[in-house]
Amino acid sequence: MTPPSFGGFVARAHARGELVVQPRMGFSDPRLMREGLERTRAAEAVTVGTLTLDSYTRVNDLAAARLAVAEGVPLNGYPICTHAPAVSHTVLDGIHGTGFPVQVRHGSARPEHIVAALLALGLDATEGGPVSYCLPYSRTPLSEAVAAWRTVCGMLARAGTDDRVPHLESFGGCMLGQLCPPSVLVALSVLEGVFFARHGLRSVSLSYAQQTSPEQDREAVAALDALAGELLPGVDRHLVVYAYMGVYPASRTGALRLLEAAARLAVESGAARLIVKTAAEAHRIPTIADNVEALETAARAARTAVRPAAGAGPGVDSEVYAEARALVHTVLALHDDVGEALLLAFRRGLLDIPFCLHPDNAGRTRSFIDTDGRLRWSDTGRLPLARTAVAGARKLTSADLLTALTRVQRTYDPGGTR
Amino acid sequence: MNSSPGTESPSVLLTGTSSDAHTWNLVYLQLVLEEIGHTVANLGPCPPDDLVVRSCLELQPGLVVVSSVNGHGFNDGLRLIRALRAQPELASTTVVIGGKLVTDGLRNVGMIRRLTAAGYDRVFDDGELPAFRALAARTPYRAVS
Repeated sequence: MTPPSFGGFVARAHARGELVVQPRMGFSDPRLMREGLERTRAAEAVTVGTLTLDSYTRVNDLAAARLAVAEGVPLNGYPICTHAPAVSHTVLDGIHGTGFPVQVRHGSARPEHIVAALLALGLDATEGGPVSYCLPYSRTPLSEAVAAWRTVCGMLARAGTDDRVPHLESFGGCMLGQLCPPSVLVALSVLEGVFFARHGLRSVSLSYAQQTSPEQDREAVAALDALAGELLPGVDRHLVVYAYMGVYPASRTGALRLLEAAARLAVESGAARLIVKTAAEAHRIPTIADNVEALETAARAARTAVRPAAGAGPGVDSEVYAEARALVHTVLALHDDVGEALLLAFRRGLLDIPFCLHPDNAGRTRSFIDTDGRLRWSDTGRLPLARTAVAGARKLTSADLLTALTRVQRTYDPGGTR
Repeated sequence: MNSSPGTESPSVLLTGTSSDAHTWNLVYLQLVLEEIGHTVANLGPCPPDDLVVRSCLELQPGLVVVSSVNGHGFNDGLRLIRALRAQPELASTTVVIGGKLVTDGLRNVGMIRRLTAAGYDRVFDDGELPAFRALAARTPYRAVS
């Protein structure tokens, strides 16, 4: 039997004009995890499955994961390195297959243990990246994350055969979830995709997380598509949109409307896959029912949206493309090895994530939400961007930050602004 | 913006928990504390317990703020406070915890009682920022010696 191919499944759905929708779902209880996958597969939508791992597994604190499982403390995801392989097979057998490939989502800066575990279970689709899972979420030095991701790319690439095609998705389109100007998100997604391809991956996806301006978001996904076309020739690839990753609307109607907007963004920008958020997002870890509702809501919204004809979108004629292109080419010119180029770029502040606390991030850039809703720079630090990219500058207060962080939430919740 | 500029002895040590990767809570709380007049050492996300203990012993902050929003805060926070209170030098340091501490998002009186019994001076639920601000404003701005 042909092994399931994550990239192939998404490509077939995209060719049929269907948006693939995917949850971000993980439970420590194997029975609940299996039920979550079964109900994702049964949802009224074209879906792929997700095993989201718990935080202890992410930081490789397997002793804490074991203790929690032994004591029955619920974890915030599936501990793939802790449950015995036989237990994980009871979760996956008869579910993971050509008609329903399952991806592992984890958030680890050093995922060697996770990739070893997922490959041993017969899985071969996962996500992350040397920058996108290091700077926002860990204390791991960037150089160690780059080394670890070289290793896991090699592990995934070696698992490939003529008909088994491991897939790796860059999480570069998220970077702290909010307030990062889209050009940096696009640049990092592309650079991580190039990193994956240079280390042997034949199937990749590049991500972009919905931000504050639908127009700017469409420009960003178009820029991502154009740069991927220029820099990843001959690699199976697709684009994945993440429903808003920042402070989520607290109301049910607001949360679902924001998700619908993300689904329309995905279709209208030509993306092939959408990772959903649920109506419960602002309050707790979502249940299976919350996830199914989100998948079906997104699929319904996607069916009402129209994919543009080739060449009809914003293409390369945008501020986002121009900035992203300058960032990508500046970085790639630093070193023949993409990993070394990324390290040099962050060391010199040529890549710099606003509000990122990681010691290897220069921390000289600042961003804000402009009056037209677009994310712009108030300080470009040492980024290789024109001075005209700086749109406003004043000292940020905690109230300003909270206003910016909650803007989308307030826009979508009833009685909110705008 | 890891720490307030020019701080060798910050008045507040702000930290996430060992398994919590979130940082917006920490970026925001640093600004809140600085506006009150505090100087802040921000340890950032995912600090192992021994890093928090070592930093507290080195920096001797007057207030330690533990912020967690990943649902493991009760579990991780309990382990952390036991490690902190095991150090005689930190027996009387004010240590508070807050955020979204459990996976189901429900206020849990038993959990608050267990955290305070283990040594936290206060446990703040999600949304209790005014109470936190008031406590921080009552805390001396200079490190206790």
